[in-house]
Amino acid sequence: MIDKKESIIKQLTQKPWESAQVKVDNLHEGKTFNLHVGKLGLRYIMVVSTIMFCLFIVTYSDRMVYDDWVRMPEPFLLWINTLILFISSFVFIRIQLAAKKNQFEKTRRDLILIGILALAFLIGQLLVWQNLVEAGYYVSGSPANGYFYLFTALHGIHLLGGLIYWAMTIKKVWNINNIVIRKAKHTTELCAIYWHFLLAVWVVLFGLMLFS
Amino acid sequence: MAADSYDDVAKSKDSIPALEVAPQDLYHAKSFWTKYIFCQDAKVIGIQYALTAAAIGMVGLVSSWLMRMQIAFPGLIPMDAAAYYQLVTMHGMIMVVYLLTALFLGGFGNFLIPLMVGARDMVFPYVNMVSYWVFFLAVLILAASYFVPGGPTGAGWTLYPPQAITSGTPGGDGLGIVLMLVSLAVFVIGFTMGGLNYVITVLQARTRGMTLMRLPLTVWGIFTATVLALFAFPALFVAGIMMTLDNMLGTSFFMPAIVEFGERLSYDGGSPILFQHLFWFFGHPEVYIVALPAFGIVSDLISVHARKNIFGYRMMVWAIVIIGGLSFIVWAHHMYVAGMNPWFGFFFATTTLIIAVPTAIKVYNWVLTLWRGNIKLTLPMLFSIAFIITFVNGGLTGLFLGNVAVDVPLSDTYFVVAHFHMVMGIAPVLVILGSIYHWFPLITGRFLNERLGRIHFWVTFIGSYSIYFPMHYLGFMGVTRRYFEVFEGDAFTYSITGINQFITVAALITGAAQFLFFYNIIVSSKLGKKAGKNPWKACSLEWQTPDVPPTHGNFGKDLPVVYRWAYDYSVPGSDNDYITQDTPPSAVANAKAEQT
Repeated sequence: MIDKKESIIKQLTQKPWESAQVKVDNLHEGKTFNLHVGKLGLRYIMVVSTIMFCLFIVTYSDRMVYDDWVRMPEPFLLWINTLILFISSFVFIRIQLAAKKNQFEKTRRDLILIGILALAFLIGQLLVWQNLVEAGYYVSGSPANGYFYLFTALHGIHLLGGLIYWAMTIKKVWNINNIVIRKAKHTTELCAIYWHFLLAVWVVLFGLMLFS
Repeated sequence: MAADSYDDVAKSKDSIPALEVAPQDLYHAKSFWTKYIFCQDAKVIGIQYALTAAAIGMVGLVSSWLMRMQIAFPGLIPMDAAAYYQLVTMHGMIMVVYLLTALFLGGFGNFLIPLMVGARDMVFPYVNMVSYWVFFLAVLILAASYFVPGGPTGAGWTLYPPQAITSGTPGGDGLGIVLMLVSLAVFVIGFTMGGLNYVITVLQARTRGMTLMRLPLTVWGIFTATVLALFAFPALFVAGIMMTLDNMLGTSFFMPAIVEFGERLSYDGGSPILFQHLFWFFGHPEVYIVALPAFGIVSDLISVHARKNIFGYRMMVWAIVIIGGLSFIVWAHHMYVAGMNPWFGFFFATTTLIIAVPTAIKVYNWVLTLWRGNIKLTLPMLFSIAFIITFVNGGLTGLFLGNVAVDVPLSDTYFVVAHFHMVMGIAPVLVILGSIYHWFPLITGRFLNERLGRIHFWVTFIGSYSIYFPMHYLGFMGVTRRYFEVFEGDAFTYSITGINQFITVAALITGAAQFLFFYNIIVSSKLGKKAGKNPWKACSLEWQTPDVPPTHGNFGKDLPVVYRWAYDYSVPGSDNDYITQDTPPSAVANAKAEQT
């Protein structure tokens, strides 16, 4: 039947006019990848976000090489916030495992924990902002300041977007029945992937600000 | 195709299993609001996109009229320099982003992708609906800038800092520039939602038998353009966000230390060139975001109306993909005069000229498709031929401007204006117009009026050349673009002012012809000649729907099964001069398809 592992390059070099290819093509199911559209959609969003963050990072790298670059301090609270994101990712791994085993009671409990951790992270980031402003590090103070506030704000907005999807996941997992059980599992998995992505983005941004 | 391929398949037709594509869970509208306003049907969303883009496009068209009046007959219309620059800016941004991009991807993409790939709808209909309304919001925000104190921004469509957000520029110290930047950011968000649908529907929701290499080139063009936009629009978004912060919060991402009217501003250390890089990293692929759908669509129009298979289908697909890839490594050819390392100039000039290779392949293939074809000079064909000529003209002047040494003296002259209008203004618009004449019978079930259409075509074609051919001369003579007043005198001779007046008259007439076209659309949608099913005798799936216009769900009870590519025209041995994509081999057992 259809070779699911057929690469894009191979597909683009097919000769659809050859009789052997015609036979294969007539059986083609119409899918390029053996992936659920939701999962592919999430990858699309992650690609767009990655490009956006990469472009910010490129501009940051371009600016930081100048002599007048003054680094921002790294408040200890940022480390705690980073830890919160790591814990969230870990909890999501547990959620994925629980959902796979149809342990939805555990899934619900851990999803609530995710919400609390997300709020804690956001409040933590706001506290970091407050501390820095009180210490005189205003957004317009220096280019490094501007980038710090920009990166943290964008990451925060991404997390808020994740919370919308988290709320949809909660709704599905809470109203679970036999019909929607697959959908709930699927949504939970997508939510988990997004959260791991948020952690990865933060680690890159935080690392960049830490070591530049 | 190999001469015996269909025969072989016809013999083994029983081995083709029944349709196994899972039915899509469609949302069925229950009220006026969900059927026509917040509709989730891609066809309705496509029309919504098209109408909104056309409406704001009219603002862009009228802006160009007013600009031309000022250039040719200064003082005839009360206008100061600020108003002129605001017109220039809004015309450029509206035409490039809010008209062409939205119309090709949002309009044609939504209407055609599900129909052409054999899907019932886009894969995420709700997100698709939201994407339109976010686009609509972006248009409203843009339009709102006309009504705020100071008016819209007059920074030029490139919005270069530092002048874009300083008080010497119209709208620079008010809300004008802010609304422009916010509108662009909102547009990008809306487009990302739409793009999500276009890409994933093409990749994952095709019907049985529809391999990637059986897709019509229209779908290839729109799909590749969307992927380009996926990579390019974030650059515009990033630049827009950072400039908004510079403007609103006083950061210095792009703003250097600057003195404004004798006063030292608080900015320090920003890089205006960085903005230019970001802008053109978006801006150049944007040319191909507009051009690639046009390439794809025109390939289909030529094939249908010349009754001939497209020449070199695989090469056409590869050319689209290669052009898309190359478009990301040429952006700095827009910045030769901004000051750059000569080696960079050499690099970008080289990559720019390399793009001519796949582009030329496409042009040759269009011409070879026409060669010995059964050419019907229908309106879509007329517009398609006009496109090829115009694109070649615009492309050739691109070879001049792609070279650093030639570009430097021509930079910021009317030669540049003529070049980019020919290649990414007139050429894609000709395709849009041709494709509306082509697909109007599918959208409404009626033809557009032929006589009005021919008047529209000839006035548009000759008018466009009357406008832009003389502009090349103006550029050679050193007439600078963006000058508010061009009086006859030491700087500008009589011939220059005379050419300007000629261009303006041509622009007024050509613009007026577009209103004739709108009139034709309105009248013909109710009173036009009935088209019936598949009036152009086309092979692709959008014409094979059980209902014309296609209804919700597109294909009735069963999705079509595809047995061939979309270009089986004039196949030897076939009873008809076309074999539709869903015709099983057993129905055309004697057909001997040629190798493509």
